[in-house]
Amino acid sequence: MKTIATLSLLLISMAAQAETPQQIRQIYVTEAAIQQAGFTAAAKRGEAFYHQRFGINDKMPVCTSCHTDDPLKSGQHAVTGKAIKPLAVAANGERFSDPAKVEKWFGRNCKEVIGRACTPAEKADFVAYMSEVR
Amino acid sequence: MKFLIPLAFLAMALPALADRMPLPANTPASFKAECGSCHLAYPPALLAAKDWKSTMAGLSDHFGSDAAVDAKSGQEIAAFLERNAGNAAKLGNAGSPPRITLSARFVRKHDEVPAKFWRDPRIKSAANCEACHRDATKGGFSERDIIIPELRH
Repeated sequence: MKTIATLSLLLISMAAQAETPQQIRQIYVTEAAIQQAGFTAAAKRGEAFYHQRFGINDKMPVCTSCHTDDPLKSGQHAVTGKAIKPLAVAANGERFSDPAKVEKWFGRNCKEVIGRACTPAEKADFVAYMSEVR
Repeated sequence: MKFLIPLAFLAMALPALADRMPLPANTPASFKAECGSCHLAYPPALLAAKDWKSTMAGLSDHFGSDAAVDAKSGQEIAAFLERNAGNAAKLGNAGSPPRITLSARFVRKHDEVPAKFWRDPRIKSAANCEACHRDATKGGFSERDIIIPELRH
């Protein structure tokens, strides 16, 4: 019993702490593997997803509408014009270091651009691409 | 003692005269994080309290975007905005849903800006304060600090 308590405390403290993109990717991989046994993240699939035109939203039909074709570059919000720091970890070390923040933005942006929540597998692939792109 | 009164009036008038609207020191971090990601964390003085109230009540459809925040942040941000809101009489009607850029004061302050500037891809939207006001993030909206040379007086 005590081990379970310690373990959950550890998990809670881990969730509140800054993490690496690899750890965040692993959270989604673990989640995806529940639905799809043996799932592994693929940066290539993440890249294709990033460039996929969903066309739900006129102003932001695709991720690149705001984040540009090259995630190593700074983007610009398609509506407000505000500058957006690069999504790629190689260009912006702050990306994918806060699980709550990552989850919040997947929540908002998937709904807005794709018209539905993203699946854990899509999120894992996306994080893999953004972590690996150079 | 008497000299303190005009001095106090002067102190109140100065920020308005200089177009300085820095965020208060006790601005909650949630305001900067939630309201400063997609657009500038706008100075609360740019809308009246009733307009902030209706903005905060409609975040799930915020000009076409879902900008909903958790309950705790929502209360914290709403209280902050209403506490530091602008003078309704000076700002004028901001429409419904309220838009800073439709408030009479904003319109009057920008009436010399030609339409082609608003369409410039570097500006994109009247909501993009920083495109022209380079000190906007620090609350600086002085006409002397306009980036685009043609717009400088």
